Amino acid sequence: MYAFTFHRPQTLRQAANLLTKNDEAKLLAGGHTLLPTMKLRLAGPPQIVDLSLVEGLAGIEQSGRSITIGAMTRHNDVSNSPVVQQAIPALAKLAGMIGDPAVRHMGTIGGSIANNDPNADYPAACLGLGAIIITNKRRIKADDFFTGMFSTALEPAEIITKVSFPIPKKAAYQKFRNQASRFALVGVFVSKRGSEIRVAVTGAGANGVFRVPSFEEALKKRFSPKSLEGMSIPADGMNSDIHGSAEYRAHLVGVLARRAVAEAIGK
Amino acid sequence: MAANTAAVSLTVNGKPVTAEIDPRTLLVQLLREHLRLTGTHVGCDTSQCGACVVHVNGKATKSCTVLALQLEGADVLTIEGLAAPDGPLHPMQEAFRENHGLQCGYCTPGMIMTAVDMVRRKGHDLDDHTIREQLEGNICRCTGYHNIVKAIAAGARAMRGSSATSKAAE
Repeated sequence: MYAFTFHRPQTLRQAANLLTKNDEAKLLAGGHTLLPTMKLRLAGPPQIVDLSLVEGLAGIEQSGRSITIGAMTRHNDVSNSPVVQQAIPALAKLAGMIGDPAVRHMGTIGGSIANNDPNADYPAACLGLGAIIITNKRRIKADDFFTGMFSTALEPAEIITKVSFPIPKKAAYQKFRNQASRFALVGVFVSKRGSEIRVAVTGAGANGVFRVPSFEEALKKRFSPKSLEGMSIPADGMNSDIHGSAEYRAHLVGVLARRAVAEAIGK
Repeated sequence: MAANTAAVSLTVNGKPVTAEIDPRTLLVQLLREHLRLTGTHVGCDTSQCGACVVHVNGKATKSCTVLALQLEGADVLTIEGLAAPDGPLHPMQEAFRENHGLQCGYCTPGMIMTAVDMVRRKGHDLDDHTIREQLEGNICRCTGYHNIVKAIAAGARAMRGSSATSKAAE
């Protein structure tokens, strides 16, 4: 690891001020992406702003027709939350599929979303449920938040505080794991809320998480795996590496979308 | 190299610890190199193998992927703190001994800390499928999983009603 100065602010305002003063500072949430990246010297922020002592950033609440999850809430707490399990079981299940039990004790939803790893699970849930990402400055729709691989709409000194998920009528997540890393080679999140249908894909796209409008249109007619029969997406813009070609990933998007819809309608 | 250091205060195996450290110090380095608690191992150093698992505030955590400075005020339990120094082994340790749940032993401290956490989360009646799934983050390169799974099932049963359960879960 390259050397850095460590800051432990007590409030969100102090954290934001530290980011404003230090251009290259990085926020540390659970650290399960940032620290491995720093160990590999792929990142070398001169300043680390640790969020562990900032109050009020973790917790889960239901208000009306949405669930709001604090940015520092650990994957394990989302996965085991009776509130989430009841209202959006697909989200609880997704959180329980990230990493392993020890990783889930540290990793946070805010960290995952801010990092926007093209293979991460939470971006698919945010886009697939039409979440609102709430920061210390504003509310950002998931559709506007994820702007490409490892990049987001977050501005300098902007800190995610919460993520608000509207409660869908039906939803499911299907993940096809890379057999070695266990990350999503392809993951597909589908949801139906009133007339709004969402299909979001992680792992496959060279630009990170994306929606599949053709699938969404087909599912509007009837929310059934049959509506997607024979459908696939073009291989253009898909990741291609030793784990799977672009064509393979494009094919998996169709397969997993059908499985996800089947799971969402309980078949 | 950075001349800067920072202070952190936490509890390790019930004892208060204050250390003035390089900010880069990982929890596992604090434990092994500063406190000489070498029961916690470093296997992969990339949060995959689980040899470094300890409990932080009662929850299994990979100590190679946490900065010591993140743990201000935290309560850390390592394999050394699982049983009293002069007392009998913790039931999970005893079950690993009884079932020969190890070959070279390198992964064992992490396996045992993960197993105790597994009992906290999943209860005392653990079937093979649950144990194997919950061991996703712990790798044994002797491939001795069969006896490890047996040991965890036996240890989980033995922890029922044992005072060690509550101690480890604290």
